Amino acid sequence: MHDITQDICRQVEAKPTLAWLVAFAISVATLLIGSVALASTWWYGIGVWGLNKTIGWAWDITNFVWWVGIGHAGTLISAILLLFRQKWRTSINRAAEAMTIFAVLCAGSFILMHMGRPWLAHWALPLPNTYGSLWVNFNSPLVWDVFAISTYLTVSVVFWYVGLIPDLATIRDRAKITLEENPLLPTDTAEERKAKKAKRRPISAFMYGLLSFGWEGGAKVWARYEYVALILAGLSTPLVLSVHTIVSFDFATSVIPGWHTTIFPPYFVAGAIFSGFAMVLTLMLITRVVFKLEDYITIEHIEVMNKVIILTGSIVGIAYITEFFVAWYSGVEYESYAFINRAFGPYWWAYAAMMTCNVISPQLFWFRTIRRSLVWTFVLSIVVNIGMWFERFVIIVTSLHRDYLPSSWAMFYPTIYDVGDYVFSFGLFFTLFFLFAKFLPVINMAEVKTVLNSTDEKAKKDAEQRIREEQKQTETETVG
Amino acid sequence: MKNNKKYWKGIEELTNDIEFVKNAEKEFPDFLPVSDKKGNKNEEGGNSRRDFLKLMGFGMAAVSLAACETPVKKAIPYLNKPENIDPSIPNIYASTYMKDGEYCSILVKTREGRPIKIEGNTMSNVTKGGTSARVQASLLGLYDLSREQFKEGFLKGGKSIDVEKADAEIKRALQGAQGTIYIVTPTIASPSTKQVVKEFAAKYPNTKHVTYDAVSSYGILKANEESFGVYALPTYDFSKAETFVSVNADFLGTWLSSIEYSRQYAKTRKVNDKKRTMSRHYHFESGMSLSGANADHRIQIKPSQEGLVIAALYNEVMGGKQAPTVEDAKLAAKIKQAGEELKANRGKSLLVCGSNDPSVQVLVNAINFELGNYDSTIDLTRPTYLKLGNDEEVNKMIDAIAGGRAGAVMFLDTNPVYDHPRGKDLAEGLKKVALSISFSNTIDETTTLCKYITPDHHYLESWNDAEARAGMYSLAQPTISPIFKTRQFQDSLLVWSDNNTTYYDYLRSYWKDNLYKGEAGGFENFWVQVLHDGVYEPQGWEATLPTTDEETAEEVPAAIEAGGGGVDIQGDAAKAISDIRSVYKPGGKMELALYQKVGIGSGAMANIPWLQELPDPITKATWDNYLCISISDAKSMEVKQGDIVKVTANGHTVEVPVLVQPGQARGTVSLALGYGRTKAGKVADGVGANAYPFAKKNGLATMYAAFDVAIKKTEKKDQIAQTQTHQTIMGRDIIREADLKTYKDEKVFAKAMEDKYAIMIHTNEGLKKPTEISLWNGHEEEYNRNHWWGMAIDMNSCIGCSACLIGCQTENNVPVVGKEEVINRREMHWIRIDRYYSSIIPKDEIEEAKTIDGYKEMENASEDPEVVFQPMMCQHCNNAPCETVCPVLATTHSSEGLNQMTYNRCIGTRYCANNCPYKVRRFNWFNYTNEGQFKDVNYMSFTDLGKMVLHPDVTVRSRGVMEKCSFCIQRIQQSKLTAKTEKRKIKDGEVKTACQQACPADAIVFGDMNDPDSEIVKVLGIEKEVKKVKDDTELSVVMKEPRAFHVLNEINVKPNVTYLTKIRNKKV
Repeated sequence: MHDITQDICRQVEAKPTLAWLVAFAISVATLLIGSVALASTWWYGIGVWGLNKTIGWAWDITNFVWWVGIGHAGTLISAILLLFRQKWRTSINRAAEAMTIFAVLCAGSFILMHMGRPWLAHWALPLPNTYGSLWVNFNSPLVWDVFAISTYLTVSVVFWYVGLIPDLATIRDRAKITLEENPLLPTDTAEERKAKKAKRRPISAFMYGLLSFGWEGGAKVWARYEYVALILAGLSTPLVLSVHTIVSFDFATSVIPGWHTTIFPPYFVAGAIFSGFAMVLTLMLITRVVFKLEDYITIEHIEVMNKVIILTGSIVGIAYITEFFVAWYSGVEYESYAFINRAFGPYWWAYAAMMTCNVISPQLFWFRTIRRSLVWTFVLSIVVNIGMWFERFVIIVTSLHRDYLPSSWAMFYPTIYDVGDYVFSFGLFFTLFFLFAKFLPVINMAEVKTVLNSTDEKAKKDAEQRIREEQKQTETETVG
Repeated sequence: MKNNKKYWKGIEELTNDIEFVKNAEKEFPDFLPVSDKKGNKNEEGGNSRRDFLKLMGFGMAAVSLAACETPVKKAIPYLNKPENIDPSIPNIYASTYMKDGEYCSILVKTREGRPIKIEGNTMSNVTKGGTSARVQASLLGLYDLSREQFKEGFLKGGKSIDVEKADAEIKRALQGAQGTIYIVTPTIASPSTKQVVKEFAAKYPNTKHVTYDAVSSYGILKANEESFGVYALPTYDFSKAETFVSVNADFLGTWLSSIEYSRQYAKTRKVNDKKRTMSRHYHFESGMSLSGANADHRIQIKPSQEGLVIAALYNEVMGGKQAPTVEDAKLAAKIKQAGEELKANRGKSLLVCGSNDPSVQVLVNAINFELGNYDSTIDLTRPTYLKLGNDEEVNKMIDAIAGGRAGAVMFLDTNPVYDHPRGKDLAEGLKKVALSISFSNTIDETTTLCKYITPDHHYLESWNDAEARAGMYSLAQPTISPIFKTRQFQDSLLVWSDNNTTYYDYLRSYWKDNLYKGEAGGFENFWVQVLHDGVYEPQGWEATLPTTDEETAEEVPAAIEAGGGGVDIQGDAAKAISDIRSVYKPGGKMELALYQKVGIGSGAMANIPWLQELPDPITKATWDNYLCISISDAKSMEVKQGDIVKVTANGHTVEVPVLVQPGQARGTVSLALGYGRTKAGKVADGVGANAYPFAKKNGLATMYAAFDVAIKKTEKKDQIAQTQTHQTIMGRDIIREADLKTYKDEKVFAKAMEDKYAIMIHTNEGLKKPTEISLWNGHEEEYNRNHWWGMAIDMNSCIGCSACLIGCQTENNVPVVGKEEVINRREMHWIRIDRYYSSIIPKDEIEEAKTIDGYKEMENASEDPEVVFQPMMCQHCNNAPCETVCPVLATTHSSEGLNQMTYNRCIGTRYCANNCPYKVRRFNWFNYTNEGQFKDVNYMSFTDLGKMVLHPDVTVRSRGVMEKCSFCIQRIQQSKLTAKTEKRKIKDGEVKTACQQACPADAIVFGDMNDPDSEIVKVLGIEKEVKKVKDDTELSVVMKEPRAFHVLNEINVKPNVTYLTKIRNKKV
């Protein structure tokens, strides 16, 4: 158990590694570049984007839905898998939850960004005002979005933070020990004081002390902690389903062919889990290498996650085909054309990219070797996220660009600001993620320790292996 | 002496009050103690901490409140309120628009002393309340940024010169002029101005008045003189005709008095229950024009066939074979068909031709005469004086100027250096002229070359009169006092002729002497009445017809006398035929036709951004001229839309982008005049290329075509800014049309017009139409209570002229966004005219063609398409999809059926626009009122001058908000208030939307659908029924008119805009 604590606290307590510094610097640079684009967008107005009178949403809402989708895995892993007592989740849930929060923040940034007058964003909240009856429109799916996403963000943050408290207390304790071990005595020489000071970590002790709310780890506290975790899991579970359902309502309740589809809620939720898992994989594979956590994020974890990807990828694939069937079966000419246009119109390449990345590529995971291959998993996880971005782009742009009246048919071409604002969200996401990875424990130490039993066998095997190797070595040395 | 008197500060000092003495030495009194809650004063009388906090709190609140208020700049209230101006109540003055041969009797709406809108004057029997896009937009010319301010007087050689000094110098120069003094003017319809010119000519006997029209109609004038001895345009009455044949005359767009013709034409095209007949329209042309697009039969010809088509028609009508005929058998058959119909409708037919070739027009006259049309559809006893330009004299003048034989030359409202084919010669020659004067108030291409600039007023600042048609007079009056230091042209001439009266007095006395016939009430009453009406159209009228021969000008030509009210024809048809034979020979591989665009016209008003951004009704392109080329030629020459080509003809070369135009005759290309200005102002300079030099002299007159043109592809590309890029309706049920035969049979028609839903919907109450099921409660209850505003658009009357678009833009402060933003598909127009071509798949095969490949085929317009126009604005849906999705309730439904937009509340999510099936919502992507890139094109919101055009009743929208058609809610509101103060209901017709008012064809009807006597209820046959549904009663509204339909009826958004089916009258 001490090994776990050591391994995980290492990156929090030690000086930043070169790998982390490089990664963090790149993230911050990306964030800054993106900020320039975002500042111009807000200064000049969203006319700097490629939108037009026909296509009122494109990259903005594509990115929004994409990030919200990515934000689904964290809660799914921590809440639903907690309820289903899937113990394997313990080593990834912390990072996944953090990812959820950051992804939702990125998504939120696009809500603000896409507004014509972002400084009035608070009008979308039902705030009391002097006009009395002037309130939000509860008919509007955008208002539902506001509620759904703010609720989701709040619950996710609370859930994540509650889970962090015991680990924060551990780090605090370890920092306090450095103080106790190195008391600054008046008799110390200057050099001794210097040496001691270098070992002391008073700021950590103070900060983590604040953050851990005085957690003492008593049995009663642990019992309450378990209850709270369960309650929050219970609260989050419906949210996993509701958030993307409501996001899909933005489209499903409209009259635009290609949007006006009852299949959207389940299809969006599946897509969200699909892309969320892919993103978790991408990040975990990086974290695993950067922080040397191979013992905690194992091939088994990756394989299980890949299985979820096959499942959700196939659901999404069936949804795509069903949409086509329904469009034909409905006999509605606008609907039929919308789907023909999707696949064969001017944006066929986006549709083809979506199909290849989302439906065909995950099928490779049927092969065990691919499923267990780190390189394949990494590549495919990125491919899936590209595919899911294209899915949202296809739904939003190809439906809008040719809707009812051909006189208004138009094309969408992104500008540098569309790209720049997307870059901003990446910068924000990775900056937050690397800050998290540096200053907070990326793996839930407390929970991982609870599953040690189940990994006992492996530990034993490993130990045996090590002993055997040592023996071999001694043998060879003796021979030598 | 020292004053020893003692002044007390008050009675307290005198009585040495203790309180007073205590404080007497303090320069400032203590603060008054602020009472605490219980009303107890602080015992020491000093300031407690609480007082300090209270005062500080108040101070901060006061300071921050004061800071909140935007300082008011330059709002100067009237010291004495002018008698006739009530702030916020518009004053309307009748006036007259006359430019480029286009006449319109107008009403000018002014607010607080500045003109903000132009409407048609319904009292005029010429234009009858109609307007065109150009007339509507001419308002902005008043506030044109490129207008010179002439702050310190007139200009001489580019430098300011005192007005008196300039007058003296000019007078001296005129007296000493060696050679002819040329006064170059456009056609002057003003009788008093003609008198002024005559007076000037009397003073300076070597004066020659040259009438110059940028786009000349000399062919018709000359032919009329030859045939009838009348040098004038005839008055056409399209409304009396049942068959029109037009050869290259875009009479609905730019040809002569198009506003008038549009109204007459639409009259013959309107159908209803009682009138199930309509006219038939044949149109022969090269490029697709507005009139061609409206024709029942449109036949493609080359410019070199123009004369031959007329000749062949002559043969057909006269029943001989004297004239040459066309070789193309298909074309010949069409000509035969047209000719036969003309003959069948003797006296009820009309042949018009846009050719500027006198010999062709002589034959046209002969044909019309033979058909007996001079007694009905053509009236030469009351000719039209819109164009009197004489090509021969203009050419002679240019020769004289170029040869250094001119003594002086003055240009009024003309710009021949730019728009005459020999502009270059003229520019060279002007250097040799001792005295050159321009009356232009903008420094245009010709004006820059003139020595003196003695600027004329804008027409809205001027007094004037006009006789657009013989015996039909109108007045123009100033609607604003001159903004800059300008002087009216007539005043200048009067000053130089040493006549000391002002033009206003001159005008009055002219009317008193010449037009006032002793009507009751004296001249003053008469004058006030005419000024009020804007027009004077006396019953009894005596013919004085002009000829070019000045000696006989005063006499009535024999031809007219002989006809006894009608006319008799002279003219040498045989000579005309032989001329045609020699001129109209097959041209080169490619031929060029020059045309005018509906917005830009001759290019004189090119600097008006509204017109530059007006989508051409046919190509839907803005901000450019381009070479229209047929689909098959584009294919064979391997050019694509936007490729820049080098066009060379008649020794002139331009580089323009290509636009592939369905309906363009094979082997021909078309290029618009009016572009390529170099000194028009920031808006128009450098837009497009100048096509005038392509026109060449053909005998006496200018020919606006070239029979041999070389086109060379270059490597360069340009994007043409089109507001609509997709051309066909893709087989969708969004436009309904039928042929007249179907329409004539009520039952057949009703069947044809049934909703063609592919599907019925299964419900628990059985199969239902999509329109019968709704999630919403509907608004019928409300509509029954108060007003229910609705609009009907007759697609049979709508000719697509786009006057409504500019009318709406002016009324509603719609910004102009410039070429780049139009390319980005972000034009802001609240009303658009959708133009669809028929696709290459025939109508009856469209249902089977709905396959993947079929849809692709369907996208392509046919080479010889039928065209349909559909005005599209906010449909004010009762189940509005935009309203439900707005998160902040910025777009809501009114109790009168309007879909309202609250700009203040909008946060700009654009969800409403996405969810609008008609895509009529417009988003403010930028701040169009202060973002630098719009400074030049949207100057209406940037400068104090430009801002004067803004309609104060309509908010200028800020960045990030959505906007759209409001059904001119400010007009509804105003009428409601007027009605309320007069304690009555609004009368039908009292509220007119800007688009409706601008429409020359009466295609738009707006009104209260709850008012059983209203026009819209009659047009749509609205009947209300109270139905019993289970235990509830339900109000249902039925439209009995079989032509009425809603676009996208099937999605059941229940629009309040109803369209009426287009009927075509094709001969099968």
